Amino acid sequence: MSGLAVSATINGDEVEYLCQAEETLLDVLRNRLGLTGAKEGCGTGDCGACSVVLDGKLVCSCLVLGAEVQGATVETIEGMAKGDTLHPLQTKFLEHAALQCGICTPGFLMAAKALLDANPDPTEEEIRFGLAGNLCRCTGYDKIVRAVQAAALEINGG
Amino acid sequence: MYYERPETLQDASRLLAETKGTAYILAGGTDLLVRAKSDHFEADLMVDIKSIAELRTVHHTAEGFAIGAAVSCADLGRHAALKAAWPGVVEAANLIGSAQIQSRCTIAGNLCNASPAADSVPAMVAAGARAIIAGPAGMRTVPVEAVPVAPGKTSLGQGEIVATIEIDNRPPRSGDAYLRFIPRTEMDIAVVGAGVSLTLDETGTIQSARVALGAVAPTVMLVAEAADAILGTRLEYAALERLAEACSAACRPINDKRGTVEFRKKVAGVLARRAARIAYDRSRGA
Repeated sequence: MSGLAVSATINGDEVEYLCQAEETLLDVLRNRLGLTGAKEGCGTGDCGACSVVLDGKLVCSCLVLGAEVQGATVETIEGMAKGDTLHPLQTKFLEHAALQCGICTPGFLMAAKALLDANPDPTEEEIRFGLAGNLCRCTGYDKIVRAVQAAALEINGG
Repeated sequence: MYYERPETLQDASRLLAETKGTAYILAGGTDLLVRAKSDHFEADLMVDIKSIAELRTVHHTAEGFAIGAAVSCADLGRHAALKAAWPGVVEAANLIGSAQIQSRCTIAGNLCNASPAADSVPAMVAAGARAIIAGPAGMRTVPVEAVPVAPGKTSLGQGEIVATIEIDNRPPRSGDAYLRFIPRTEMDIAVVGAGVSLTLDETGTIQSARVALGAVAPTVMLVAEAADAILGTRLEYAALERLAEACSAACRPINDKRGTVEFRKKVAGVLARRAARIAYDRSRGA
């Protein structure tokens, strides 16, 4: 099959793939690389279920072309836990029952991590604005906000 | 479809000029890649301009700011000098979408997408911003309001690219502001937007003013009558009333699910006076 040859660093690994010009990064992650953590909710950048970090910036992978990632660094939910050790955000999401069906969770975790990386001690309002690009139809958001607050406290040694 | 990632403006312009099919410029992709998923969309070529080094930076010189077309709105929000000089422009740029969208979206893209409701555009128009356009015949400069000509349509010719948005440095006692109305607190499209930029003299009297409205006509509006209504005043109650009346009278909005004609006219006046008040306070350093 012909296509565009792309090499990138994904979760610390050098990865090479071929993709079509129309294919999004989300399609590449899920269909070519077997990284199915990022989900397609809307495909239009509204729901955040496909959130990944591209060159240090939180993006919707459904609004990035696979070809654009040439030479870039991508972090996905698959790289969040270190071996068997969950990231504090993942632990707190479990403890606070911040997920029900789970479809939105990888996106929320990536967005929450990007938020805490930039702002380690956010107010509740900053958390709610920071996660405004992620939709959840189950939890009503409150448990997610509490989990992020608890994770921030733990990361900051509280 | 072909995807190209040129490293110079000349190459980008040539690729766009030489293609026989439908070509699009890809900057942040937050509008284009959404449209690309619709059944009616056809593209033979996408030219990604993010590898053109000169489009990726904000240059601050003695004259002003040159904002590259590939600079994300999130990066504008982190530019201390731009934020200090033009807080209204930066706030408008930072109102667009979520953190995810902010990482990618650009003000040049917001302008060229030519939505009547684009948030950064009224703020840029109020700021007197210029678009530097690169094309097969070289460079040309136009006021930003000359770029959109109808919803989804621009005045750019084949092979032309908005390369840079230029905004002047501020004289002393100047300030700007942008406000929009949306029915929720975040993540929505402006029902009405208003941008105001002012410069005062030493006594606090308005020496120059620009007022722009968004989402109340097919394209952004520069409302000269609204600026005239507050020139020579210290933004007293009567001046604010005249400003609001001029804005409401200038609107040519549509009725749609987000707002009626009547509502949009009223809100245009309300937002313009509130934005003027903020711009005035900023001009006085308050």
